[in-house]
Amino acid sequence: MRRPYNPLMLVRPGSRRHVLLMAAAILLAAAPRATGEEAAADTTAAAARRWFATERLPTFVPLVLFASLVGGFILAARGGRNLFVRRIAGLDAIDEAIGRATEMGRPILFSPGLDEMDQPATVAAINILGQIAEKSASYDHRVSVLNRDPIVMSVAQDVVRSGYLRAGRPDLFREEDVFYVTYSQFGYAAGVAGFMVRTRPAANFFLGHFYAESLVMAETGQATGAIQIAGTDSDAQLPFFITACDYTLIGEELYAASVYLAREPLLLGSLKAQDMAKLLVIIFILLGVAAGFLGVNMDFWAAASGAGG
Amino acid sequence: MIQRTLPIAFAIVFGVFMLAQYFVPHPWVARGYNTVLDWKQIVFGCTLTLGVFSLLRFHGRKLLRRDPGALFSGVALVSCIATVLAGIFFGIEGGPYRWLFERVQAPMQATLFSMLAFFVASASYRAFRARSAHATILLVAGCIVMLGRVPAGDILGFDAGGARYSLAGIASWILDIPNLAAKRGILIGVGLGMISTSLRIILGVERAYLGQSRSGGGGS
Repeated sequence: MRRPYNPLMLVRPGSRRHVLLMAAAILLAAAPRATGEEAAADTTAAAARRWFATERLPTFVPLVLFASLVGGFILAARGGRNLFVRRIAGLDAIDEAIGRATEMGRPILFSPGLDEMDQPATVAAINILGQIAEKSASYDHRVSVLNRDPIVMSVAQDVVRSGYLRAGRPDLFREEDVFYVTYSQFGYAAGVAGFMVRTRPAANFFLGHFYAESLVMAETGQATGAIQIAGTDSDAQLPFFITACDYTLIGEELYAASVYLAREPLLLGSLKAQDMAKLLVIIFILLGVAAGFLGVNMDFWAAASGAGG
Repeated sequence: MIQRTLPIAFAIVFGVFMLAQYFVPHPWVARGYNTVLDWKQIVFGCTLTLGVFSLLRFHGRKLLRRDPGALFSGVALVSCIATVLAGIFFGIEGGPYRWLFERVQAPMQATLFSMLAFFVASASYRAFRARSAHATILLVAGCIVMLGRVPAGDILGFDAGGARYSLAGIASWILDIPNLAAKRGILIGVGLGMISTSLRIILGVERAYLGQSRSGGGGS
């Protein structure tokens, strides 16, 4: 179906032209400039005015490769190609947890972590919140979201409202269900723990980036008998969640879950690219190990820049 | 329509800029980057009032409706208002504001942080119950690492093949080889997930954070 023309945007977000333009913009912004400028970079002042940090080339090349993979798979998905995406363990438990809370008539608690809205983990958590809100509204049940960041709170309110709307139950939305606790780390942990002890939620979702307070919240939830689903990209907190929660989305599963639940072809395309990139990383690691055993120097960058190796 | 497309346009423009600035060390770009960071602080300061308003409304309603736990809401409201008034009338460098921070808030935070020790103990008890092969491996590795991290770890150990294997050495091997390998595996996956999410936002494919689906449903 053709989307209406939008004068605010020169190209429609997600369109083929938009993907190509963005890729070109990234390359143009980061690409090395003319050799004339490079040649003039023999003074300190001129060196500071460089248009490309050559020492970051080893980061730039894999980024461009990965961006190409993401763009390519998004275009493939847009072209109607059917992409098989792996099943993510633990996601079925989300339905189970919401159903259990509905049957017991007890609240559902969602914590989007402690980070701000500019962190990808928070974006992933908020995406999952939208799906949880939709599912719970379809069961005639509401979700309580406890926030540490006011911007995240504002976004979460919109996302929950939209989730209820998609489920056909906008009347369920109460602004006081998605509320601000405090910016203090342990103040937030105390607020969440207090909420759990007072209202006894049947299902707790801890999704996002967490710090030392993770165990306080997860152990309190465990003590109140709630079914708990956690997901974080914070490797230091993963052992605590794995110990205290029923299901834990480990690292990149948090990002994958947000896409997997949405079930939208374009988003699944990027998930496929993520998997392909992981395969490439595995191949490179195996090559590195083999080269190590054979005594071959694989540090091309250090060799080229004369840094040794 | 503006409510839908303008935030996406902002996300795309600033997303591309923040990505590009990492690779472009030019002073113009650095100046732009610092300006964006300043604006972020300003926007955050404004949104903090949203948070405070939400807090007052949430606890105020609970107090008015005399919900269960309304007493705690009363304490939260009084504490919040008292702290703000102390800051306004006596300044934040000293006086009652400082006293409230040092004598009330800081000890409460320290208390909660200290409680982590008990939570770690209860979580460890559950994790170390050797009911399966995995739990047994975890228990053995955990015991070796804990013993290897105390002074006795250097003394405890065994000799084999003419070499001395102390618990401290074995603990270091567990942390540096299998543990670090697993950790790096997780971190590589996280890195790819982060880049993928960021690219989806920059490309305008990801809109759920705005309360919108790709099909255009939702929105606010």
